[in-house]
Amino acid sequence: MTADATSASVGGRLTTAYPRHVAGKVAGAAVSLLAVLVTGFFLFRMIPGDPVRFMTGGRPVSAGQLATYRAEFGLDLPLWQQFTDYCGKALTGDLGTSYQFNAPVVDKITEALPNTLLLTGTAFVIYTVLGILLGTRSAWRHGRLGDRLNTGLALVLYSLPSFWLGLLLIVTLSVGIGPLPGLFPTGGMESGGKEGLAYAVDVAHHLVLPVVTLVAVEYGQTLLVTRSALLDEMGSDYLTTARAKGLRDDLVRRRHALPNALLPTVTLIFINLGRTVAGVILVETVFSWPGLGGLFYQALSVPDLPLVQGLFLVFAAAVILMNTLADLIYPLFDPRVGR
Amino acid sequence: MTAGRTPGVRPRALVWRRRRASAARFWRRYRAHRAGLLGLATLALFALLALAAPLLVGSDVADVTDAPGSPLEGPGAGLPLGADRFGRNLLGLVIWGARVSLLVGLLAAVLSVTIGTVIGVTAGHFGGWYATVLMRITDWFLVMPTLVLAIALATVMSRSLLTIVVAIGVTTWPTTARLVRAQTLAVEARPYIERARALGGGHWHIMSRHVLPNVTPLVLAQTTLIVSSAILAEATLAFLGLGDPTVVSWGGLLQDAREAGAVSAGHWWYLVPPGVAIAVVALSFTLCGRAVESVLDPRLGVSR
Repeated sequence: MTADATSASVGGRLTTAYPRHVAGKVAGAAVSLLAVLVTGFFLFRMIPGDPVRFMTGGRPVSAGQLATYRAEFGLDLPLWQQFTDYCGKALTGDLGTSYQFNAPVVDKITEALPNTLLLTGTAFVIYTVLGILLGTRSAWRHGRLGDRLNTGLALVLYSLPSFWLGLLLIVTLSVGIGPLPGLFPTGGMESGGKEGLAYAVDVAHHLVLPVVTLVAVEYGQTLLVTRSALLDEMGSDYLTTARAKGLRDDLVRRRHALPNALLPTVTLIFINLGRTVAGVILVETVFSWPGLGGLFYQALSVPDLPLVQGLFLVFAAAVILMNTLADLIYPLFDPRVGR
Repeated sequence: MTAGRTPGVRPRALVWRRRRASAARFWRRYRAHRAGLLGLATLALFALLALAAPLLVGSDVADVTDAPGSPLEGPGAGLPLGADRFGRNLLGLVIWGARVSLLVGLLAAVLSVTIGTVIGVTAGHFGGWYATVLMRITDWFLVMPTLVLAIALATVMSRSLLTIVVAIGVTTWPTTARLVRAQTLAVEARPYIERARALGGGHWHIMSRHVLPNVTPLVLAQTTLIVSSAILAEATLAFLGLGDPTVVSWGGLLQDAREAGAVSAGHWWYLVPPGVAIAVVALSFTLCGRAVESVLDPRLGVSR
């Protein structure tokens, strides 16, 4: 990939390099997605013993019923046929039927998806902006008290288990301790029976604590990455030049140092999305948020294998797609990459 | 050959003297990092507690039949942190839980770093299509949501500590593999590797005698950082009910607390101690890892 990029920029063929970059990244993403599909299949066939017995959870079931179940889930077919069936179905958007809800997995996922996007999107925007802002300030005054406090706090919050922070916030701010009244709802997404603006306000009220939890455990990483990327730029000659020509400190930081430091930061923010997915699963579980993460927890506790498998595919695919998107946008901001 | 050797000192003794000197140098630089020292001291304390747990709290602390308190009793004279939902001594349980959390964290980190190092060194050494394939796999694992993969693995395997160790170990190695490969490539470009090859050193000799000692410091720093995330991952899996239900762990205690309704009842004293323990240990490992990193790479400066 890099070899392509450098040869293209050396040769000055600016018009052909970007489409090639896109094609390469898209092909890479396709291979990754295929690998996820294959992993999903074999992972859930590693279960020791009979999946049908596992599914019925030890309830007494007659041999006839077992055979019916096997036929229904295609478990009586040879493995390769199960695999091709599974791939064909997954590619046409059929992820099987949830045992627990007795509904198509895809329906359950599309139902929960908007709620997760609302929660994750809000938290993602806030922790990215917060992390970059605080990281920039920290790097600019590195070694001082403000920087130490900033990085210290970020490291502490980064080390907290997100589910534990969520539980504590519920106890202190929702249930209330002593004289402290419950300020926020303990969970869920809405109180019900509201419409229009009142509904939006209600959802926002329910959104506060989950978003605060996610931002608290995730912003530290963005802060540290921004800080070290900016520190790498700090000694550069072009900054000395900018200062020497009399630019204000603030402008040197914003116009010269930050744009260069942001490039590696953005890549790392997207690579770290996998961690955010983990955070979302836990936060949704703790706050009973009706999203994909909460659904994942419900599926795990049964365990409802088709649903676990479907959600595994969705989470992995989402992270891969977001990373590919970042790869595609990246060269548009950095003239040195892939043009 | 003998010209460069100090008279009367055998080469092996010389090697050991150099190693001791470099370890002393390392420790001198590490001591300059206050946060690193604090982390190390905290870890020593927790390790001591975990080792001495059978003496301090007795191995029957997890026994539900003969519990000292009544269920969900608040903190009081006999029970400094209160009792859990079976009436067991919560302080004792938290101390006992350190054993599992530290053990699983360390084992998972060792497994993860071993996989990462083997893949990184061989990919860097052999190169070619072998490295291409390995690095593709590494990149794929790198973007995968690690915890989701670990959860999926833990779901399909039997409930045991080994499952947790394996699930964390086989999902967290890619960063190590990338770092080690980069370092291996840098080491292999040096002339003394060419000399070793010219003198007839085989692949194994070069990898084990020349590359490995050079990547070891990096691997050490990486291990410390990975223990921290492995402890968090262990707590998370236990909290999701995927841990071994028969052992006491910090994540498991939090799951118990949640199931017992400690959240809605406002029993903060049940929730706080296990979480603080997880956070303190994870933070200590992170602080140590960062200190080791900045000793190894002075470019990073004291507080990067």
